[in-house]
Amino acid sequence: MTMQFNDETFRGDYTYHNSPEAIRRFPFPFDQDSYMYSVNIEQHPGGPKDTPFEKMFDVDEHYVAEMKDREITLAEDPLRCQSLPHMELAGWDLLELIMVSKARDYPDLFTLHRDGNDWHWINKPLGIEKKFTFLDATTLPCGPMEYITRQTQGDFALLHERDNNLWMDAGMITSQADWSLDFDVGMNFFEWHAPVPKARKMGVFDKALKFLLAVGQGQHYRRLNWTMTVNPRLDTSPENYHKWGPEKRTITPENVGQKQFLRVELQTFFRLPRSNALAFPIRCYLMNLEDIASNPKWGRRLHRVLRDIDPALAEYKGFAVNQKIIVDYLSQFDDGAPTSPGIFPDA
Amino acid sequence: MKKLCLKVTAVEQLSPLVKRFRFEDPTGATLPVFSGGAHLTVEMPEGDTIRRNSYSLISDPYDGSAYEIAVRREDRGRGGSLYMHTKVSEGDDITVSLPSNLFQLDLRARKHVLIGGGIGITPFLSQLRQLDMEQKPYELHYAARSREEAAGIKLLPQAAHIHVHISEEGSRMDLGAILDGQPLGTHVYTCGPDGLITAVADQTARLGWPKAAVHSEAFTAPPPGEPFDVVVKSSGKTVHVKADQSLLEALEAAKVDIDYSCRGGACGRCHTKVTACDGRILHNDHWLSDDERAAQQDIMPCMSRFKGTRLELDL
Repeated sequence: MTMQFNDETFRGDYTYHNSPEAIRRFPFPFDQDSYMYSVNIEQHPGGPKDTPFEKMFDVDEHYVAEMKDREITLAEDPLRCQSLPHMELAGWDLLELIMVSKARDYPDLFTLHRDGNDWHWINKPLGIEKKFTFLDATTLPCGPMEYITRQTQGDFALLHERDNNLWMDAGMITSQADWSLDFDVGMNFFEWHAPVPKARKMGVFDKALKFLLAVGQGQHYRRLNWTMTVNPRLDTSPENYHKWGPEKRTITPENVGQKQFLRVELQTFFRLPRSNALAFPIRCYLMNLEDIASNPKWGRRLHRVLRDIDPALAEYKGFAVNQKIIVDYLSQFDDGAPTSPGIFPDA
Repeated sequence: MKKLCLKVTAVEQLSPLVKRFRFEDPTGATLPVFSGGAHLTVEMPEGDTIRRNSYSLISDPYDGSAYEIAVRREDRGRGGSLYMHTKVSEGDDITVSLPSNLFQLDLRARKHVLIGGGIGITPFLSQLRQLDMEQKPYELHYAARSREEAAGIKLLPQAAHIHVHISEEGSRMDLGAILDGQPLGTHVYTCGPDGLITAVADQTARLGWPKAAVHSEAFTAPPPGEPFDVVVKSSGKTVHVKADQSLLEALEAAKVDIDYSCRGGACGRCHTKVTACDGRILHNDHWLSDDERAAQQDIMPCMSRFKGTRLELDL
């Protein structure tokens, strides 16, 4: 099977679109008709065939366009990619994990030949062929983390473990839900989560940190998180709030189905072998309400979740201003019928 | 928990009390690489119990051809090290965990000072290989009572920054001299008897080192003790813990579902709530705080024991 990559944009004319296949495999994040925080963690990879949970690093029809969008963001603001000096080894660990996984999972698209530390990497979709020496940064055009994450969908945070805490000491962050690497770099787990409402009091972060510190080599996990974004924009950063913030005010009852997107993050956790750091990839999937509602179960459920959500969460997730329009629109897809458990569409 | 089924390919007597073991994949497959200071948990099946002890890896962290550990025979222990010394030989199958690290190098350090006492030299053997590869400045100090007991000498490279202190030969380690005058940004790592770890902590505090620059490897094998009983709250079942068994091992043998990782009281994974306690918990872990110990509402089953009439666990 040869994958077709979309010619599309995530800014300006926003030509981003999902094919019927992309709609079918969308990682819908709600397993019931209401939402509150939970430490909703599962083993990764693993899941039904042709879902984004099947492979270590999911590659889909948006791959090439997402990498072009990352290039634009980085050219405008190089600080979206930062790695403190002690994190280079973790960058090599990440490069190895991604190259080995992609070459194994997508042999039509990626090839990796290894002879000791002499590596030869071929990335067909992006037209890249590179021979380099593993663990020798002078043989790559940039640091190892930057090199591989310019070729991998999703944001990446590399967390250094010390003093029984995790520290965000490196990252490639260009498709974030309104947080800044430049602001958070060097912070610990509790510091960078400080803006999240309610969760600290609920003890969510203590449990989550304890879990993450115990993640061992060879045990990979995932969880889903979500927010709402107006227009299919990857770069919803605080740095560029002046560009995307005002777009929230363009939502009308007529255009909400096309312009309002559910933004889902597939977050995964990997213990890296040489550095003992944790890799935290955050992969973003965008789908507008119209496409979500094309699946009856998802349409019903999203209506109920967004109608009944805690107001503090609607505010934090940035859609309180449009909540009424969104819920009114979705109500037409909710006939009150019961929904089946779990996130997957009914067969 | 993911496990590796390996073959014992070499056993070497390093000193009267210490043996080195080498494990390889039976099919010759490459083993996962690891980070300096990491350990393995080794399974030792005997009768109806599987004893599991954690040992520091002493081999090259980036060499996937084999894992090596060094085990000191403890004649008064639960029997884990005795098992390794008397029952394990070349050609045997052995089941181990994947490497895990509770004693990693802080690569922010400008310089690393490694201090190992006795068998506490083991985690540094992989760390110094990582430091060599990273080309980081370091010095290593290895203290032992006698040359005969100093199993680590055979495993250490000869170099100007590797210092061996044999107290019997009058070259006792002088912590003040080692730690005073180290450049700003130096981190110190200690592994060995509690007395050594405390002495380094005291000396660095006197010299004004930041606490975050002082690291130690605290976990040890669980101690034996008097037998006792525990009650599992969910099932009401009573589990008997034998003298040479840890509470965790007894729960596992009784098929009670419980999580673990280091089995040395350092990682926190087996942390369990106590729902009834009539007696005294003998805390042997390094995880619970002093207040938590005193409250007797928490226990680390991998290390700790109990003396009294009733202990009920929230399992």
